[in-house]
Amino acid sequence: MGKFKYTEANEKEFARIAKKYPKIDAMMLPALWLVQEQEGWVSPDAMIFVADKLGKTPIEVYEFATFYTMFNLKPIGTYHIELCKTLSCMVMGAPELKKFVKDTLGIGPGETSEDGKFHFSEVECQGACGGAPMIALNNQYHENMSVDKLKKIIEECK
Amino acid sequence: MAVELVKIVSKNFDIPDSHKLEVALKHGRYESIDKAFSMQPDEITEEVCKSGLRGKGGGGAACGPKWKLMPPVDERPRYLIVNGDESEPGTFKDRQIFQYDPHLLIEGIICSSYAIGAHDAYIYIRGEYKWFIDRLNEAIEEAYTHGIIGEKVMNKYDYRIDITVHRGGGAYICGEKSALIESIEGKRGHPRLKPHGKECEWFYGMPATVNNVETISSVPNIVLNGFESYTKWGTEKAPGTMLFAMSGPVKNPGVYELQYGEKMLDVINDIGGGMKDGLKLKAVIPGGASCPILTAEEVEKAYLDYESMWDIGSTLGTGGMMIIPEGTSMVEVAKNLIEFYHHESCGQCTPCREGTGWIDKTIKKILEGNGSDEDINTILDVCVTMNGKTICVFAPAVKDIIQSIVEKYRHEFVEYFKS
Repeated sequence: MGKFKYTEANEKEFARIAKKYPKIDAMMLPALWLVQEQEGWVSPDAMIFVADKLGKTPIEVYEFATFYTMFNLKPIGTYHIELCKTLSCMVMGAPELKKFVKDTLGIGPGETSEDGKFHFSEVECQGACGGAPMIALNNQYHENMSVDKLKKIIEECK
Repeated sequence: MAVELVKIVSKNFDIPDSHKLEVALKHGRYESIDKAFSMQPDEITEEVCKSGLRGKGGGGAACGPKWKLMPPVDERPRYLIVNGDESEPGTFKDRQIFQYDPHLLIEGIICSSYAIGAHDAYIYIRGEYKWFIDRLNEAIEEAYTHGIIGEKVMNKYDYRIDITVHRGGGAYICGEKSALIESIEGKRGHPRLKPHGKECEWFYGMPATVNNVETISSVPNIVLNGFESYTKWGTEKAPGTMLFAMSGPVKNPGVYELQYGEKMLDVINDIGGGMKDGLKLKAVIPGGASCPILTAEEVEKAYLDYESMWDIGSTLGTGGMMIIPEGTSMVEVAKNLIEFYHHESCGQCTPCREGTGWIDKTIKKILEGNGSDEDINTILDVCVTMNGKTICVFAPAVKDIIQSIVEKYRHEFVEYFKS
């Protein structure tokens, strides 16, 4: 048994959500979301914990978690900047935003800043094409993004 | 004639706080429920059949006949699954419903669940839409608190309906209905092999129907006002309306409800405000990234309905028009899209998993100035090899968009050889 445990509140939340489904297997996504919201990432220990709760083997949880791009399989820092790179965002200026992040924070896609504060991801379409280009900061969408706006957002996070 | 906005699904979008139950009730939400429960479930299905309502998630299949694929009601549980995965590039319409009128979706779920005999509905929403998921969950909570759903409907109809939002984890393929079900069932989102004959979907081995968010949200109007209220819009084969999304460098990008059959160029100019900053239109991907690209000349002949789109060699898809301006390299466009598809292929079928990677590498080689005619032919060959040889339509979608770009803009690929 690993060290990971849900908080008391998350244990209750797990039990509440589990009642909504005909089988416990359906808790795979909700269980991993609870882990990530609690810890910021999904550790091997947490996968063992989830496997135990759902009657799965750890490898089943691992193969599931690695399929879905939103689960962080390592710690990613305080602020996660996700830049949409898909077509409408590309046409509307995403490459300039990527360059700006590299120039100001020194990080490219998949990298975390040295102080551990910022993590940068280039992501595929986020369904914000009408507000392109967009970034998400810790899941919150910021649309019609510009270098000036992004600069302000990053400054506020520092 | 100027393009007219139609307000059926989007009727309440502009009303302040329309997402709150109190406001929603004042503006007509849940008015269809009394009518629905005065009808037999089959009568609702017939009404939806007569309305010609078609799936808004990209496929355009008729909704009513799909409901009829459910087996007769027996002791088994049966499910309604609402597809809100919305991951097709260029598509951002369902989020308007989550944001501005979540009670319309709940109302649609009640009508639709009653029609197909389901008591449990799951709304699968892409994980990135956290804010929209929270908004919808608040509305569902309000609906429970006020007895609109739960053990009874509207506190009076003896019909249990429970609604659960299931948050995805970031995988485009989970918008494919069988992959979506696999995902809820706690597995990787791998599409299922399709049966030879038409039949319903199966959720944990029980009968299920999967419909898009906008499709379900179109049902209350049909139930309340009758199918004629819907068929007065659109074309004979594509009655009604659709939430069309427009992105790229137009003056007014956004989501607009229009009847089917409007002229695409008029929509871009009248509703989208035309190109911004003096840019010229070069091409449009008409209904999300999977639809064959249209050149500016083809756009002039394009009408926004399924049949017209097929006639000019493309598809309507989700109605998400991606506008591409002059000055954009179509090789870069192809590269951008194949990176998306390469990244999002679920990997289950070899032609798709390997084909997307192969095309990705070949276009990169061309962009680096190391390409040749043989590479262009290789891309086209791989497209043909992928098409029709996989479990789901992901690979055919890749073939459609990439082949169309390469064939219509081959000269731009050749330009890179010279550089």
